[in-house]
Parts: sequence; structure tokens; C-alpha cells
Amino acid sequence: MLLAIAKTLPSDGTSKYVAAAYIVFVVLLVVYVAIMAAKLARIERELRELAGFAEHRANGEGAAEADTAADSPAPAEAEEVTSNG
Amino acid sequence: MYGNGLRTLSIATVAALAVALSLVAFYAPLESEGFVQKIFYLHVPLSIVALCGFVAGGVFAVLHLRSGDRRWDAYSYVCIHLSVIYGVGVLITGSIWAKASWGHWWVWDEPTLVSFLIVFLMYATYYPFRYAIEDRDQQARYASVFAVTAGAFVPLNFLAVRLAESLVHPRVFATTDGGLPGSMMLTFLVSLVAMALLWVTLVKLELTAKSASGQLKRLRRALDAPASGGSSRVAPEVS
Repeated sequence: MLLAIAKTLPSDGTSKYVAAAYIVFVVLLVVYVAIMAAKLARIERELRELAGFAEHRANGEGAAEADTAADSPAPAEAEEVTSNG
Repeated sequence: MYGNGLRTLSIATVAALAVALSLVAFYAPLESEGFVQKIFYLHVPLSIVALCGFVAGGVFAVLHLRSGDRRWDAYSYVCIHLSVIYGVGVLITGSIWAKASWGHWWVWDEPTLVSFLIVFLMYATYYPFRYAIEDRDQQARYASVFAVTAGAFVPLNFLAVRLAESLVHPRVFATTDGGLPGSMMLTFLVSLVAMALLWVTLVKLELTAKSASGQLKRLRRALDAPASGGSSRVAPEVS
């Protein structure tokens, strides 16, 4: 489509001004979209970090619970210890 | 929530821009000014949408001041932000058109040009004004007062310019000596719709990014996670 439009440009000096105006608009749009893409990439990175942090903490808590369970005697053993006196 | 319908809106915007560009290139007739008049279909819709965006920013600021809901402040901020970007486009495309038509990049005694520059510079001060205040509630309140005052100035300024005597800048939609011919009017209206759709899409995109950023911070606080080394700007957020 851009090639077809380029063919409609007259050969006089005014066409460069028209082309420049439309190019400025496209450049502004591209710069804005690039900034937004960078922002979204930062959000995605932070989200990944946060997910990693949450997983790490969940694993840490799970391991701590397992350690606590291993350290405390099983119900049968506890009963035995109590009866033995 | 803010991302809902963004894809549809983006497709509609791209389609509208493609139709508008096709009409400008292949359908709109050349008038007495010659080929350079094609800048009209870019410059004028950009300026109309930018000015309407400034007014919309003022309306959202009124809603914020009435309700105290920070969401409206974020809407107002984003409207003004996008309109300032459009304003940059208006000034650059206008200068290019001026150079091609009048032989000068800028004409200081032309009310239309100078008044738009005044509006643009006024809104350019919105950012330092806003970010100079650290307290978020105070920042939102002061920024809303600014947006309401400046938003009310925009239509008044427009009226004053219409009443003033123009030196070189054309009054295209004059009521006395007719308006645009049908084919030019159609092209102009399609361009205007395309620019308005683009503005709405970009506002929605910006709000979606702000919402995601705000929710990420809430999640970080809830998880009691260490702060990341990201932006420390006190920009408004939506959740």
C-alpha cells in the first residue's frame, strides 16, 4: 500500500513536505509504542521475579514444616514414651 | 479489566488508519494549494483530538475532585499525556505545512499557531508540577485542579482564536464562505475518526499498563517481597 501511495507523489518540491509530515506522525507513533513495549517488558520481568520469590518462599515454608514434623515424635512413639514414664 | 476489548479496538484503529490513508492518497481531490494540502488530513484531526483530549482530562479531573476516586485522576493524567504527544505531532506537522505553504516554519503574529503553542506549553508544565509534589493525595488533588483550570481554558482559547482576525492561517470550517467539498469532507471525517480511535486505543493501552504495574506493586506488598529497582516516579496508578 505504501508503494502504491509513493507512486501518487508528484515530482514537484511539495511532495517532500507531505511525506515528512506523515513520516513524523509514524515516527511519533513508533517511539510511543516502543516506550510502551519497554514498560510492559519491565512489568513482565518484575512479575517473573515476584513469582520466583513466591515459589521460593512457599518451598522454604514447606521444607520448614517437614523439618518440624520430622523433629516431633510420631503419635505412637509419643504414647510409648509417656507410658514408659 | 482495562485490557478488555483492546485487541478489537486496535484492529479497528489500524483499519480506520488504512482507510484514511487510502482516501487521502487516492480519493481526496487536489485543491488550489496543491499537493501540500494533503497535510490537512493529518494536522487538523490531530489538533482536534488533542484539544478534545485536554478537555476530557479536565472532565475526569472534575470527577476526581467530586468523588476522591484516584481512578479518575489516572484517567485525567493519561488523557493529558496522550494529548501532549498529539500536540507535539500538531506542532511539527503544522510547521512543515507552514514552511511548504508560507515559506516560514513559524509565524508569530498568527493567533491560531501561537494560541496552540500556549496551550501546549501550559500542559507541558503539568508534568513538573505534578511530580514536584511527593504526597500522592495532594499530588492528585493539585493536578486535578490544574487539569480543570487548563481544560476550561482550551475552549475559551479556541473561541477567542475564532473571533480573532486571521492573517494567513485558513478558517476551513467557516460558516460564511462555505466549507469543504463532499469528497474532502468525507476524507477529513474518516481521518478524524481514525485519529480519535488511535487516541482511545493508546489511552486504553496506557491504562492497561498502569493497571498491571499497580497490581504488581499490590502483589509485592501482599507477599512482603523486596522492592525491585524499577521506576521510582510518583505516577498515578489504577488497580
